[in-house]
Amino acid sequence: MGFALSILAIVLGFVGTLLWNSRFALHKFGWSFLWGQTWDPVAEIFGALPFVYGTLVTSAVGLLIAVPLGLGTAIFLAELAPPRLSESLSFLVELLAAIPSVIYGLVGVFVVVPWVRTAVGPTLSAVLGWFPLFQGTPYGVGLLTAGIILAAMIVPFITTVSREVLLAVPRSQREAALAMGATHWETVWTAILPYARSGIVGSIFLALARALGETMAVTMVVGNRPEIKASLLEPGYTMAAVLANEFTEATSDLYLHALVEIGLVLFGVTFLVNGIARLMLFKMGHGQELRA
Amino acid sequence: MTGAMAWRRRAVNIGAFGLTALFAVVTVSVLFFLLGYIGWHGFRGINLDFFLRLPKPVGESGGGMANAIVGTVKLLALASMIGVPIGFFGGIYLSEFGHGPLGFWIRYATDLLNGIPSIVVGIFAYTLVVLPMRQFSTLAGGIALGIMMIPIAVRSTEEFLRLVPSSVREASLALGVREWKTILFVVIPAAVRGLLTGILLDLARVAGETAPLLFTAFNNRVWSHGWLEPTASLPVMIFTYAISPYEDWHRQAWASALVLMFLVLAVNGGTRLLLPRRRTGAG
Repeated sequence: MGFALSILAIVLGFVGTLLWNSRFALHKFGWSFLWGQTWDPVAEIFGALPFVYGTLVTSAVGLLIAVPLGLGTAIFLAELAPPRLSESLSFLVELLAAIPSVIYGLVGVFVVVPWVRTAVGPTLSAVLGWFPLFQGTPYGVGLLTAGIILAAMIVPFITTVSREVLLAVPRSQREAALAMGATHWETVWTAILPYARSGIVGSIFLALARALGETMAVTMVVGNRPEIKASLLEPGYTMAAVLANEFTEATSDLYLHALVEIGLVLFGVTFLVNGIARLMLFKMGHGQELRA
Repeated sequence: MTGAMAWRRRAVNIGAFGLTALFAVVTVSVLFFLLGYIGWHGFRGINLDFFLRLPKPVGESGGGMANAIVGTVKLLALASMIGVPIGFFGGIYLSEFGHGPLGFWIRYATDLLNGIPSIVVGIFAYTLVVLPMRQFSTLAGGIALGIMMIPIAVRSTEEFLRLVPSSVREASLALGVREWKTILFVVIPAAVRGLLTGILLDLARVAGETAPLLFTAFNNRVWSHGWLEPTASLPVMIFTYAISPYEDWHRQAWASALVLMFLVLAVNGGTRLLLPRRRTGAG
């Protein structure tokens, strides 16, 4: 009981310390902290917009890749694969989630960064270069690279949870569609996916929360430049990454408090996204089992 | 017309499922690529020195990760001292008494704790330990990792205790055994294998955590004495070495990644064999 209560205390402690240790920044910048574009520790001007932007863009790129990949894999595992194969493949996908993020970062630095610099980046800017998102010289490090790594890291979340949601769809739902003469895919598309929709959306939000807070892998490949550029091939910065890089260098109180405020924002955003995810999974009627 | 329609529908059916199969192959091959690549590069960096020596000064090649390995072990020991009791007793509370509103709130807080980005846990431990003591320490890192252990420990404890049938509890209570004795001597022994597995998986998960250590345990190129000095750890060493410009450090980063990954996968695979029907959970 006492130990159980200490969990409540720790969570309250989180909110308390984050608020208390960011009070100078909260007081000085107010809401403009969120849309200030200048991050200048020397002049003590702190605006977090470049980091917020980078976090949102890398997560969006990650989701754009991971949602089709993860959901496709989940459909394959739930609908097509024989149970034994499905079980062992699911286990492999879960292992993917167990690999520490710093290892993803390591592979990112030595494999994905050169790949983006020499293959993906030049191809994109040659084919889609008329579009501002894909202009500029690919450095290798940048928002796109971070998004690709994030995608690999969050696919397991989408796949594992979506697969369970799909397997939980009642047989009657499937049989009704098949009895109407639908093909297997039409059954999936018109009867199973709509039934499982809120659960699938829940899994996506769960993955989004992970992507927003992911630190190490992103820090190692995002380029760490606090600027807002239109192109995905340019280096950027994320909230988690600036914490990882600058926290030990915070020389003044205001600097430290500005960084802690970024932590506070991160805390708030992931709290919200996780909340939505839980609500969606709960709506599927599996709030208990499907907590991932 | 109908023939063409039917053909089209069949083609869509095959095409769409073919695509999902392709996606599944891509997803799984990411894992095999990681295993193969890290295995290949890591294996070349592993030798006896890696386990037994300290890091060499910048510019000299050779040396090892002995201090980082010991550092990680110390951090994990400290983390278990915080994470295991809170997680264990919290889980017991939730499974045996957690039906009321308090249970709801504690479950909610646990989920919330699980969702907090690891770097924010680092900030918390920093303000809690590093700021007042004015130095980075094993203690601060251990506390950060301990907090990260709590939610998974609570959840797996609760899950495994719930698997114990209520008839077992009732049988004991019917014999006049007190509730706390029932839990301690009947329910927990029945679930002990699952409970230990849960803790082991939890340890494997936090063993690779890097972000919460960056400004709590920090790093150290020599031995860290006691609990109040900054210490090296394998994950932070991987980070530092990976972004450094030295070839030899890259080699050691790969070797450390191999050791860490082997540890994590061995625990995950091993527990899977012990408890084949349990979901190992994606985090």
